[in-house]
Amino acid sequence: MAEFSLPKNSRVGKGKTVKAEGATNTRKFSVYRWNPDDGENPRMDTFEVDMDSCGPMVLDALIKIKNEMDSTVTFRRSCREGVCGSCAMNMNGKNGLACTTAIEDLKGDVSITPLPHQEVVKDLVPDLTNFYAQYASIKPWMQTQSTTPEKERLQSHDDRAKLDGLYECILCACCSTSCPSYWWNGDKYLGPAILLQAYRWLIDSRDEATGERLDNLEDPFRLYRCHTIMNCANACPKGLNPAKAIAEIKKMMVERRG
Amino acid sequence: MTDLRTPLSKVRGLGSAKDGTHHWWLQRVTAIANIPLTIFMVVSFVGNVGKDHAEWVAWLKQPLVSVIMILFVANLFYHLRLGLQVVVEDYVHDHGTKITTMLAISFGTVLMAALSIFSVLRIAFGG
Repeated sequence: MAEFSLPKNSRVGKGKTVKAEGATNTRKFSVYRWNPDDGENPRMDTFEVDMDSCGPMVLDALIKIKNEMDSTVTFRRSCREGVCGSCAMNMNGKNGLACTTAIEDLKGDVSITPLPHQEVVKDLVPDLTNFYAQYASIKPWMQTQSTTPEKERLQSHDDRAKLDGLYECILCACCSTSCPSYWWNGDKYLGPAILLQAYRWLIDSRDEATGERLDNLEDPFRLYRCHTIMNCANACPKGLNPAKAIAEIKKMMVERRG
Repeated sequence: MTDLRTPLSKVRGLGSAKDGTHHWWLQRVTAIANIPLTIFMVVSFVGNVGKDHAEWVAWLKQPLVSVIMILFVANLFYHLRLGLQVVVEDYVHDHGTKITTMLAISFGTVLMAALSIFSVLRIAFGG
């Protein structure tokens, strides 16, 4: 059965509190900590951050915490502008990118945990091995049988427009890890991010493997675990709608039956 | 012992079942069919409130009412069977338990549908 409570060694305890000495304008950040090497249970450490010397985004606060308060706090980040998807995490109960989530938009103390229902590598770093393998499984590249053209593969303006709302996906996994279906069946269900990517290739007028791609997706678990819960569309930091892409795939499945 | 299979091998698993669309489609078809059938049933039942047993029986004996009642029951239990399958697939992960539960659901819904249809027929054709 699906597990609704955490196993004993995953129960989250209360950690340390680090105060911002002499600061008057502070916000509390409660950060999930877990170290695979010390054998301890996870804990929530609290950091009081001086907002007068902190940037506006949650990532700014995390970097400040790491630089000035506790250098062992571990998280992924790279582009700091919502392009790379590295700093995806759960902030006050909602998945998002730490670099594009403004601290002032979050109410009260800020609670930061890793993306839900993924194994944790350390602190805020989730293990996305399965997610990336699922991405590889949909063969996210152009597949053709026609002779390779000498120049670029042409596409009409209308066909190109069909990729809008799909190509922007940065594979941050905010949507997939917000999806209850993905929580319960993430080993077999591909999840919203991968299905949106799959649709990006299904709808590409230049691709010639549409049938094979649909064959590969037509499965009670790979595709049909989507029950239009819509958490994916709510979570996407790029404003995309994976649920709509999945609905379009389901329509293609029905369409090809004649 | 660490699992030495590659992540891609685990994801690809036994391959696609090439199935699921039929189930998904039938779930929607039965849902749509449920709308007029349920409206008919609710309206008729409300209209019959206060009638005595003989009048209820007479109402159900009408050929059109009997047929719609049978369609209603058959469609409802089929829709129930399809819906429960989704719930089981979502939450029951042990293969043995899953198959046992699905068998129980299939037999149970077919039994309930058969009992209901037989009851309607008995009233329709009974003395």
